[in-house]
Amino acid sequence: MKLSNLIILTGLLAGVAPGLPAAPESFDFKDPKGVNNAVFKLDAPLESINGSASGISGTVAFDPENPAALSGKIIVASESLMVPNPMQKEHLHGTNWLDVATFPQITFESKSFANVKTDANVTTGDLTGTFTLKGVSKEITTPVKITYLKDKLADRVPGLKGDLLVIRANFVINREDYHIQPGQYRDKVSTNIDLTLSIAGASPQP
Amino acid sequence: MKRSLQLLALLFLLGTAGTWLATGANRGWTKTSLPVKTLDQITGIEGISYQPMFLPGVDFLGAGVFAALVLGGASLFFRNIPKPKHP
Repeated sequence: MKLSNLIILTGLLAGVAPGLPAAPESFDFKDPKGVNNAVFKLDAPLESINGSASGISGTVAFDPENPAALSGKIIVASESLMVPNPMQKEHLHGTNWLDVATFPQITFESKSFANVKTDANVTTGDLTGTFTLKGVSKEITTPVKITYLKDKLADRVPGLKGDLLVIRANFVINREDYHIQPGQYRDKVSTNIDLTLSIAGASPQP
Repeated sequence: MKRSLQLLALLFLLGTAGTWLATGANRGWTKTSLPVKTLDQITGIEGISYQPMFLPGVDFLGAGVFAALVLGGASLFFRNIPKPKHP
């Protein structure tokens, strides 16, 4: 082994490798507290539908020293989509609408993160990725706000040390782009769906 | 019988309208659960959970009015029982 390699390796082992990028932290978004949620709002001329989904999972790799390198995938269990009216929920989950039995997941997988700005522990930017709903994938770009909470995991989950990452995003999709009853029921079910994602991921450390 | 059906129709109408008004006159569909928000102090995220609760909507009101109309309409098929004539 060359002497320079030996110095770098020694530095890595000691956790002090100047000039070398730190590895991104991996945050798990399966929230044991069940607080993570995605809210959906549809405002049609005759009817307004509001609901939320709580079955969120996925992982995001985030490096506070290099936020632009953010990558990951967030999954929403279709079955967890909830509206207060039982018949509406049955229709929403049914084959004519989301068909949750055939398409059990709604996903967003990141591709790039642009216009990144960081102020203290808050990073904002435009996240581009692939949004998949009812088996149809489209590339979308959404503004996101990311809050890195270092050493805050213990405050939330006693006994666990680590960091938290809070991601907030708000974007609009058109249901017809995802083959959800195109051209149908536009007066009662808005074609535009307003989605708000508020999720926290944990990166436990030994 | 006619009078009983009419009374029942009135009770249906008043019962459903009264329940609908007393629970806040919800102009949407009937809800069987309501979202409850709880704030996570560490992350600042508002968690949403659903609590079972019955909140009647316009469909409940409509069903009550329809039932009252059916009962009231059915009462038209019955004749008034003539009161016995006293000599």
